[in-house]
Amino acid sequence: MYGYCGRVIRINLTDGSIKKEVLDLEKAKKYIGARGLGVKTFIDEVDPKVDPFSEENKFIIAGGPLTGAPVPTSGRYMVVTKSPLTGTIAISNSGGKWGAEFKFAGYDMMILEGKAKKPIYINIVDDVVEIMDAVEVWGKVVSETTDYLKGIHGDKSKVLCIGPGGEKLSLMSAVMNDVDRAAGRGGVGAVLGSKNVKAIVVRGTNKVALADEEKTKKVSSDKTGILMKDPVAGSGLPTYGSAVLVNIINENGILPVRNFQKSYSDEADKVSGETLTEKYLVKKNPCYRCPIACGRWVKLDDGTECGGPEYETLWSFGPDCDVYDLNAVDVANMLCNEYGLDTISVGATIAAAMELYQRGYIKDEEIEADGVSLNWGDAEAMVAWTKKIGLREGFGDNMADGSYRLCESYGVPEYSMTVKKQELPAYDPRAVQGHGITYAVNNRGGCHIKGYMISPEILGYPEKLDRFADEGKAAYAKVFHDLTAVIDSLGLCIFTTFGLGLPDYVDMYNAVVGEEHDNESLLRAGDRIWTLEKLFNLKAGLTKADDTLPKRLLEEPIAEGPSKGNVHHLKVLLPEYYSVRGWDENGLPTDETLRNLGLEEYIGYIEK
Amino acid sequence: MVIDLKVEVRLFATFREGREKKYFLDMPEGSRVIDLLDMLKIPAEEVSILLLNGRDGDAMRILDESDVVAVFPPVGGG
Repeated sequence: MYGYCGRVIRINLTDGSIKKEVLDLEKAKKYIGARGLGVKTFIDEVDPKVDPFSEENKFIIAGGPLTGAPVPTSGRYMVVTKSPLTGTIAISNSGGKWGAEFKFAGYDMMILEGKAKKPIYINIVDDVVEIMDAVEVWGKVVSETTDYLKGIHGDKSKVLCIGPGGEKLSLMSAVMNDVDRAAGRGGVGAVLGSKNVKAIVVRGTNKVALADEEKTKKVSSDKTGILMKDPVAGSGLPTYGSAVLVNIINENGILPVRNFQKSYSDEADKVSGETLTEKYLVKKNPCYRCPIACGRWVKLDDGTECGGPEYETLWSFGPDCDVYDLNAVDVANMLCNEYGLDTISVGATIAAAMELYQRGYIKDEEIEADGVSLNWGDAEAMVAWTKKIGLREGFGDNMADGSYRLCESYGVPEYSMTVKKQELPAYDPRAVQGHGITYAVNNRGGCHIKGYMISPEILGYPEKLDRFADEGKAAYAKVFHDLTAVIDSLGLCIFTTFGLGLPDYVDMYNAVVGEEHDNESLLRAGDRIWTLEKLFNLKAGLTKADDTLPKRLLEEPIAEGPSKGNVHHLKVLLPEYYSVRGWDENGLPTDETLRNLGLEEYIGYIEK
Repeated sequence: MVIDLKVEVRLFATFREGREKKYFLDMPEGSRVIDLLDMLKIPAEEVSILLLNGRDGDAMRILDESDVVAVFPPVGGG
């Protein structure tokens, strides 16, 4: 067996039993691994209607066949569970080094079931898997937890953990690994918290077995060469990180400001990648086997060194709150890493609270005891709220479950810039039509990364599309969604698409696993994975009405700036998207589509 | 008679190396976007994204009064 390890850990946290199971290789190959394998396993074992915080919800971590293999960006793992934030399938992945180490220990997947009676952590050293008492680390922030556990299990161990955010069941809490990498979205940290699992420590000393070592070496060298020659992967991202997007998104007039009330700021450069590089960057902070190295390591004004912000984070704590103090944004990012919180959702929730305050829904007396303002542009307040959200302190407790629940509590959910109750990222879709359809149909709710249409519509990769046009966008988005499902399931980073295309992923899979796939079959596996996620959501009770955008983005034209006057054309694009997917007018996959994708077993799964 | 047009050029990422972030330039009427690039010694082939007043622009377009030209090398992220 190559690429895959062939073993799965299953832990029942309720009774403390630990089992090692043989990987169903046929299933793994059909769904590739990581995201696909995790979703397939999850839907087979868990009722989609399950309460995310109940014992019946499971928490799956899976690597892909390329995770840990000697190919570029192979450090990624995927978390699959039911999201307490969205009620959809949660598919949340992370880089760093933990994912590769998990494979080196000899496992493809871990399934956590039930709920521990008291705080525990799991320690894995190759074949040895044990449940440990976590009383000493419960309550600690992420860096302290990591240091403490490395102190016990050795510096070579890799630590995945939750922070106070996950312990306190914040619906915006992340699963953190290697201190500053996050499986950030969907509130997956809270699922671990609900199960009383603080951390998973892993040490592995094996290698991923390769079908053809020489071929893998050559393929890896070729693909790394392509990435290094690509101006974005080989130059732009290493120099500036993803933060380089601040200016280009702003110049296009699609940088959301004040909770999407505006879409351009003449102060954006103060929180840009160029300014971050000039004033705060200490060094690059790469993930396992990554030649791109977009990760940042920064020095705060007080001298503290820590992981630096991504583009989305610079936006959420910056322009979305009308804040242009880069050190404050860096601090909020650091706090989210320490408390184990999703930076997109936390920043966007503070922005939503600021709008509720602006409009008089949140009254002064409600925040008086906190002594922190909700005024636009108050950088100090933005940092203070981040901390209060992490600790569920004062009014921060009202904000800790995200902007949808906050706005709904005032009777105005329309001020929550969310899809399926998850905060939208840093691009105004009113003037990027294809990206808007990605937002609306994304199986995990508001998210940019599972089909990054900004790439063709703004950045010109792999070709430049007219961002205002509707024609062809639904079909284009579908291919991006399927390809992303492939990359996520292989265990690679989506940033490899700045240089690599589908045939390159086929080459890497085939070299590592053995000749199995061609372009068509690999992309079809992506389609299969996306469709299976959709089936989960439909069974969980979501409908066509959930495949939408906030009212503001559909009805209020962009007020000013280069994209002035535009709204999103969901009414045109949604039916087209369903159609190119082979789904009916209500977004239900037809029997024929299920058959074509090898999903015959799900015919009749959804009542029509 | 040559009439000067006032235009703004914004430079980003590596185009800022050895240059200012922003220029306000007086250009003779009839000048094209590419003339601005030449003046700033930015090779047209290194330009990945050229925005004219926030919309995809063409280097051969003749400049208008108060045009804002934003020039980017290849950049990406997400």
